[in-house]
This record gives sequence, structure tokens and C-alpha cells, in this order.
Amino acid sequence: MDLNYGAEYEEFRKEVQGFCKEYQGVSFKRESNVVADTLNNSSATKKSKKEITRSEWQKILIEKGYIARAIPKEYGGYGGETDIIKSRIIATEFSKAKVPGGMGGQGIDMLVPTLLEWGSEEQKQKYIRPTLHGEMIWCQGYSEPNAGSDLASLQTKGELIDGNWVINGQKIWTSTAQYSQMMFCLVRTEPQAPKHSGISFILIPMDTPGIEIRPLVDMTLQAGFNEVFFDDVTVPEENIVAKRGEGWSVANSVLGHERGSLADPNATMNRLNTLINMMKEQTIDGRRLIDIPSYRDRLMQVQGKVMASQAHSLRLLSSKINPGQNVKLGGMIQKLVGTELRHELEGLAIDVLGEIGTLYEDSPYLKEDGSFQFTYMYFLGLIIGGGTNQIQKNIISERGLGMPKEPKVTEAS
Amino acid sequence: MFFGLSEEQEQFQDYVKKFLADNVTVDEIRKIANGEDEALAKEIYSGLINLGINALLVPEEHGGLGADLLSAVAVAQGLGSGVGPIPFAGAYVMTPIAINLAGSDEQKAKYLPQIVSNETKFGVGLSEYVAAREDAGIDLASGKANGKALFVIDGDEADYFLLSNKGGVLFLVDAKDKGLEITKLTSVDKTRSYLELNLKNVAAEVLPGSENNPEIAKKVLDAGRIIFAADSLGASETMIEKAVSYAKERKQFNRVIGSFQAVKHMCAEMASDLEPCYAMLWQAAHSFDHEPDEARLQACQAKSHISEVAKMVSKKATEVHGGMGFTDLLGLHYWFKRIGLNRQLLGGPELIREEAAEIQGFNQ
Repeated sequence: MDLNYGAEYEEFRKEVQGFCKEYQGVSFKRESNVVADTLNNSSATKKSKKEITRSEWQKILIEKGYIARAIPKEYGGYGGETDIIKSRIIATEFSKAKVPGGMGGQGIDMLVPTLLEWGSEEQKQKYIRPTLHGEMIWCQGYSEPNAGSDLASLQTKGELIDGNWVINGQKIWTSTAQYSQMMFCLVRTEPQAPKHSGISFILIPMDTPGIEIRPLVDMTLQAGFNEVFFDDVTVPEENIVAKRGEGWSVANSVLGHERGSLADPNATMNRLNTLINMMKEQTIDGRRLIDIPSYRDRLMQVQGKVMASQAHSLRLLSSKINPGQNVKLGGMIQKLVGTELRHELEGLAIDVLGEIGTLYEDSPYLKEDGSFQFTYMYFLGLIIGGGTNQIQKNIISERGLGMPKEPKVTEAS
Repeated sequence: MFFGLSEEQEQFQDYVKKFLADNVTVDEIRKIANGEDEALAKEIYSGLINLGINALLVPEEHGGLGADLLSAVAVAQGLGSGVGPIPFAGAYVMTPIAINLAGSDEQKAKYLPQIVSNETKFGVGLSEYVAAREDAGIDLASGKANGKALFVIDGDEADYFLLSNKGGVLFLVDAKDKGLEITKLTSVDKTRSYLELNLKNVAAEVLPGSENNPEIAKKVLDAGRIIFAADSLGASETMIEKAVSYAKERKQFNRVIGSFQAVKHMCAEMASDLEPCYAMLWQAAHSFDHEPDEARLQACQAKSHISEVAKMVSKKATEVHGGMGFTDLLGLHYWFKRIGLNRQLLGGPELIREEAAEIQGFNQ
């Protein structure tokens, strides 16, 4: 066990701390095309003197190498080496200082790594830079009404006609579709092929005629998702990433990125601290919530889980920089355990607040802007989304524990 | 940066696991648990001592290996995984740590080498220091100890007992003292010993460093708790392995039951809740030696959280085995009971969480 990162990294940490100090309280101008990052719970919504645009902030972070670190300069990245320890230090220090991180979203988190791995040179040149700079927002067109957990059964059809893809069908659970310039979409282009090898990965400008977006309001009462309809939507042939029929492999190579990022342990630790402070401040009959033994015991149980997941993330980090270190199920469990834990934590906050925990939106007496109520529901969405936690359990038992797949149901029965 | 067990620590753990796998089958555990084969019990005990598990925490200047708690954790995981029917947490972890931290130079020079040679064996009774049941407890006055100590561990062959009064003053008593009455208690877990001591004017040899420093007893307690957590972790790991391999073989409805999602999901739940416990445990052991500000909280949370996860595993793994899991024949219950005993020793989860809250100043 050696938890020292070494002098070079401690130097780097100081640099990051200095940066965080300089930009403490930075906030963003309201822009119609930018989605509030509900997950980060950053200081972004509070008024402050240091108001800049999201895009300007992206550029500052890229210039320092705090984001897009390993993405080549020619595509708009920092052009450095991947450095997991530095990434960790950046995440930790930003989180501690409550300085907002870089933009997330489907484009930056999923499309950019996909293009780096599978895209043509032209596609990389054309799309990566504006995506990184927050000037091109992407949405993901994967799920369909009849293709949820069984994503590979998707039916949205793409036909190559006169050098163009003509797309017809429907996608659902498309977050940020209404703000996006582009969609990366899974489309069935080879109807004769087996279901996994008949899919292609196609890039679609959202202003193409024939696209209709209908907001889908979720239980938080926000339109977090959309339905997207395609009626003879026509895009050039070169908008395909990789070859025809390779879409399933392309999509799978980055799904892992999404799953891991759904439950960041730093964010969970911040939320735990917020909960603890709230329990010290709020009272019942003049008694602090934290002094009520049953509440306190539940708090301590959640703290134990948060501490375990923090330590686990250090172990995962270690396994990435020390080749050969075996973490067995290490990465596979993150989505399942992380989202359940966060849901439990937010739910505890609601319970200790009692009736106050049921207030919502702009009600008086709201604590922490109602973020516990919102996040409790939001994380139920994440438990279902990104591969339901039941699907996660299938993956863990099959790939992690080597248990057999469920036999296929025969049509005859 | 490296987070995990070192190669040496893993190797040591593998030796322990291999020794138990080769020498202690369920049939043999049963014989030992039922007290039917004392020779076998001795043989296994001395086999593990030959690996050096007793010398780990004794400083090199006293002939030991001078290892840190993480090394002992590695061993304890191994012992838990094979329900090793020998003393460890009390005899070879808490005792050397107590003597090393609080003993006089003479006491260290006398006892520590004897732990290494295993000539002198120690049982440990700190239950009353944590939470006294049945009005037990020991008063210490003018070098004499009076009272009762319950749930003393590792004491079957002990020459001395390491005990504490309510104030955390640690002391040794001679097992042969005429005022000491030793009674065996029977616990669900028959792989380890459990005693009651009644003391009437028993000569107490105080470890002087603990007299005005209650932190010492807490430190010893932390170490014991981390080791019991490690034991439960190892036992849980084995229970999951057994459940998964049983589910891959057992057939019902013309399918192996491991292909049913109801069964797969139970296994996935066990595995995914246990997985972060490894890191938590190792972090706690690391903090014990290297991060004093964090150490107490880490130890408390590791013991309580891992106890909770292990309890869940012990239940679900048994269920995966169906009726067989309930039988003595299969012997899965030895792991179930091991986890059950570890959970209560040196404080159950609720008591320890209350301590964890106190450490952070949460309960005023």
C-alpha cells in the first residue's frame, strides 16, 4: 500500500488548487442552447461577478489541460498524455473547491471517444473541436419504444438511396435532443443480417427536415428526455461512422464510459457532507436531526457505504496505473452500487426532513433548493437508465461470476 | 501509488488459504468443531503457526516480522475464507499490539519473543470495555483484579489473558492464578473458543502505558475490529464462490439454477456489495498504521459496514444452496456462523456506528 502520488503530482495538485482559488465562485451566463448540468450541483446557478459562458470555461480548462487532456491538439484538445492520477487530482480538487468541472454530456463523454476510436480523419476534424468547446451539443439516439434493455432489437430503418441515408423510425429517452445540433444514432441498415450485425452508427444534424422532437416529461416534472421521430430524414452517406453493420461494436465500445460516469464518488461524498451539515442545522422540537439516534444510525450506515466506495475508487485507480493488479469485478459494479447508494443517500435526507422533504420547486421552507427531492427521483431514473440495474446484475453474474446466460425462449412455447 | 495488498501480502494470504484448502475440509472442520479430533486440531494449529502468522506483528527487535496491520488483514482474510479453526485476532494481533504499545521494556522483552516462539499463549477479553453484558466487568485495585470477563476469545490454551477494566487500563493475568476460574462458553461458531473468566483477587500485571492513556485500549480495539472484519470478508468471499459454483451445477427444470435470473441476481448482489469492502478494509488497515487522524473512524466503519454486508452474503449464499444450504452435511453453516460471531465480537454494528458518530462529534 502506497498512497503517495509523489512530488511531481503534489506539485501538480498545488497548481490545480491555485487555479481553483482563482476561479472560485465562477458561474455561467444563461444561454439558451446550453443544458444546466443537473448532476454536478455546481455553483453554476448562483449569481456572481465571475460570469462567463460555458464555452469560454471549456476553452480555459482545455488550455490548462484539465479536460480533453489526451485529445490531440489538431482536434482541439490539450494534446497531452493520458494521466489518470492527474485526472483524479483535478476531479478531487475541483470537487473540494466546488469549482465547476468541464461540460459533460453525450457529445463530450461518448461521441468524442467514439470518433477517436472509429471515426474517419474528416469526421475527427469536423466534429471533435466544436464538441469539446461546447459549441456543438449532441444527443444519443439509441433506445426505441420496443428496444430498451434489448437494445439490439432496434428497428429504426436506414436505407442508402442515391448516396444518402434515408432514415425512418422513432427514438425515445433522448436527453437534450431539444438543445442539440447533432445526434449520433443507431440505425438498422442491414435488415437481412443477424440483429447485432445489422446496425450502423450514423451522425444526423438535428435541423434536417423530417425530424420531430416531442418532450417527454419525467417524474421530476422536467423534460429530461424526448421522443424523436424520423420521417424520410436524409443525410449524406459519409455520415456513417465505421462500416455498415459495425454500429453495435461502435456503440458498445463507449457504453462503458457512460456507465462509469453515472455515479462519481466525489459527488457522492459532497452530497454526504451536505446531508451531515443539514442534519446539524435542522431541528425537530428544537433537537438537532443528527441527535436523533435512529436518524443518526442511518446516516452512519450511509457514511460506511460512501467510505467503501471512495476506497474502492482508489483501488480502481491503482489498478489502472499498476498493470497486472487484479480488481476482478472492480469496474463492473460501479453503476449498480453507485446509483443505488446515491438514491439511498438522497432518500435519507428526505426522511430526516419529514414533511419538509416533500416540498418541491419554489415552495417556502425548501432546504438545499429542494435538491434532495429532485436528486432522489433523478437517481431512480439513473437506476433504470444507462442499462437498468437488473441488466447490470446480469452482466455482473455472467461476465464477472461466469454464470450461464438465460436460455433463449423458443417461439413454439 | 499502489492501493492494495502487496505481492508479499498476497503470497502470505495464498499460503494460508492453500494450507486450509489442503488440510481442512468440511469434514475436518466438523471434527474439530465437535471436539472429536484434538490431534487434528493441534496439527492444523501448528501448521499455521509454522507459516509465521503469530510473528507478524511482533517488532523485529523482539524476533518478529515487524509487519503492519495490513499484513495481518491479509492473513485474516485467508483464515476467514477457510474458517481457520485457530486463535488469531486476540492472540496474535491484539496482544502483540497491546504489549508493544503499552508494555514496559521488561514486559516487551519477556512476552513478545514468547509470542514469536508460541511458547506463551494469550487469550483476550475486552468485551466489557466495549459493552458490558450481564453486569460483567473487572475492577482493578492495588494490583488485584476482581470481577467477571465474558466472551473471552482465543483462550482455550492460553497461559495468560489480556484484559481491561472499564477505563481501558490493560493488564495480564496468569491463567494458573488460583483466584481465576475459567468456564467454557458454547457459541454458534465452534471453530473458535469462547470463555468466561471469574476473577477473585487475581494478580494483575498492568501494561503501564495504558494506565493514563485510554487511546491505547482503543487502538487495540481498532486492530481487533479490523481483523474480525477481514475474517468476515474472507468468509463471505468463500460463501459467494460456493454459491456460484453450486448454482452452476445444480439442475432443476432441466437447467442449471445459475441460469435463472432470480439466482444470478442474488449472486450479483452479494458480489457487488462485497467488492468495495476489500478496499474499505485495506484502507482501514493502512490508516491504522499511517493515518492516525482517520484510523478510528475507518476501523469502526469497516467493522460495521463489512459486518452488514457479510450478514447479507451469509443469508443469500445459504438460500442459493436451497435445502442443502440448511444441512450440516454441506457444512456451509460454519461460514454462516463465523460471520455471525465476528459481527458481535468487540461490538455489533449499531454500537460501533454510535462510536463512529461520537468520533466525529455527531452525538452531543
